[in-house]
Amino acid sequence: MRYRRLRLTLSRQRALWGLVFTGGFIIGFIAFFLGPMIQSIKFAFNELKINPSGFTLTYVGWENFRYALRVDPNFNQVFVETTLRILTDIPAVIIFSFFAATVLNQKFRGRTLARVIFFLPVILTAGVIYQFESGDILHELHVIATEEEVLYSSRVVTSLFLRMQMPEGFTQYVIMAVNRIPAIINASAIPILIFLAGLQGIPFSLYECAKIEGATGWESFWKITFPLISPLFLTNIVYIIVDSFTAPGNRLVELIESTAWGRNIYGVSVAMTWMYFGVIAVILLLVFAVLSRRVVYMEE
Amino acid sequence: MGRLRTARYQTTSYWASIGWSVARAILVSGICFLIIHPLLIKISSSLMTETDLYDVTVKWIPRKLSYQRVADNYLILYREMKYGVSLFNSIVLALLVSCLQLISCSVIGYGFARFKYFGSNIVFALVIFTLLVPPQMIMVPLFLNFRFFDLFGLIKTPINLLGTYWPFVLTSITGMGSKNGLFIYVMRQVFKGQPKSLEEAALVDGAGQIRTFFTIMLPGAKSALLIVFLFSFVWQYNDYHLTSLYLRNTAPLLPFRLQGLTQIFDVYKYSREYVTIVNNTAMLMFIAPLLVMYAFLQRFFVESIERTGIVG
Repeated sequence: MRYRRLRLTLSRQRALWGLVFTGGFIIGFIAFFLGPMIQSIKFAFNELKINPSGFTLTYVGWENFRYALRVDPNFNQVFVETTLRILTDIPAVIIFSFFAATVLNQKFRGRTLARVIFFLPVILTAGVIYQFESGDILHELHVIATEEEVLYSSRVVTSLFLRMQMPEGFTQYVIMAVNRIPAIINASAIPILIFLAGLQGIPFSLYECAKIEGATGWESFWKITFPLISPLFLTNIVYIIVDSFTAPGNRLVELIESTAWGRNIYGVSVAMTWMYFGVIAVILLLVFAVLSRRVVYMEE
Repeated sequence: MGRLRTARYQTTSYWASIGWSVARAILVSGICFLIIHPLLIKISSSLMTETDLYDVTVKWIPRKLSYQRVADNYLILYREMKYGVSLFNSIVLALLVSCLQLISCSVIGYGFARFKYFGSNIVFALVIFTLLVPPQMIMVPLFLNFRFFDLFGLIKTPINLLGTYWPFVLTSITGMGSKNGLFIYVMRQVFKGQPKSLEEAALVDGAGQIRTFFTIMLPGAKSALLIVFLFSFVWQYNDYHLTSLYLRNTAPLLPFRLQGLTQIFDVYKYSREYVTIVNNTAMLMFIAPLLVMYAFLQRFFVESIERTGIVG
């Protein structure tokens, strides 16, 4: 049996294969992302009622947004808090994970064990566990004890920093970061992984070359390691933000979910999410605007 | 020889490197302790008795270790959580989801790595976009879509897919599961880093695109596949939000059973200390399978980061 074959140029053929391979995503995107997203815009301006046979929408204009901002007792506070937390976490996690990755990249005894433990938070961060821990007296006692210690030592650190004429805001930030060390370490597991993979991708010959030319370790760090790793700062910031959506202890997400499933005012919860997304988008745009020019890409 | 050795001790750089090693050892072990600290608390308090918890002098190691009591605690929890069945269900669901996501994300990632078509860059940008949108935004519409599923208007009477595994299957095979954009991105980077010549040789020798993908490309990306699998499995196993959205939180899965314990062992019926012991034991039982899996896979996991070129 002979059939007429469609004659395609090679590039057309490859384009077709490209569609075959990525087609699953395109279908999924339309069905399970774009569609729901358009619906969620509709829901934000409507009152949604679910009944056994389907759902009804009644147009309410900006009422849902007004409710979230003016009537809901918690939203404003939690919203600002969550946004500030993301903004403050980004530098802390980035600095810590970059530092940890450079340390883990060095050769020392017990490095494998250290790596195994550093990546442990990847499997230990479950929402349910977090919930349990925050209700647990033992855990609470530990938290209170460390907070007291931090409070005490923070006084020492503050006076030291003030004597060194550090800006007040910086001092505050350091103390806040110290207070949240466990959370920051847990959030750092995957950023460390990403930085580590990047560090290992830098060809050793570059360092050798620099050494022969007489560069010190400090110089080759800032002139070789830092620029070559710089694209990963962007990757990691994006990852930290994405991770914060599902991170246990994100109070805004909890509020949004309880608004939807606890109080059944779906329109309001969707309106809250849109505001959340708006702020995230602004943060991302700012980060890109500031960083994208300074990032160095190695030529391939 | 001896003189050379003494000369080494006199250089400042030698002492500096010793100093750094010590500082590094202290730092690394300190951070490691912080990370496993919650785990240690759970282990030690699951072995304690109530009097140990009252006792201020007892910090980590219980005064009297009674195997009978500890075994009793574990047995009670085993029964209350229906541990065997729920663990089995949780693992089956996590395996289903992670295997489907592994297949779909590697196929899609390969498509983006090797083929260009009109607008393929925009489609890839959309992959990243799906990551950046908080999943809560499409939570309510997705819920309704699966509650009244009509296959995009093809079926007259909508069917209810909630309470079945279909929502997981449908979102996983289309690369729309939670954080799948990340997996697609990783797989794309990995496939991009592989040499094109191997693939071309296979094509010239007469293997089709699909066969090339399965026999040449996939084996070359083994370590990245393992990482994607591990993440996908762990995130599904730990997931509470999405799973309770699709299955309701009465489903016989481990996270729901664990949460259900708060109703069984509450502080009005039992002493706070007993509840603490029970909670910590239960959390340990929840984490244990993951720890066992990690213990087996960590070798590949930790080593393979070096070779995946995830960030390429």
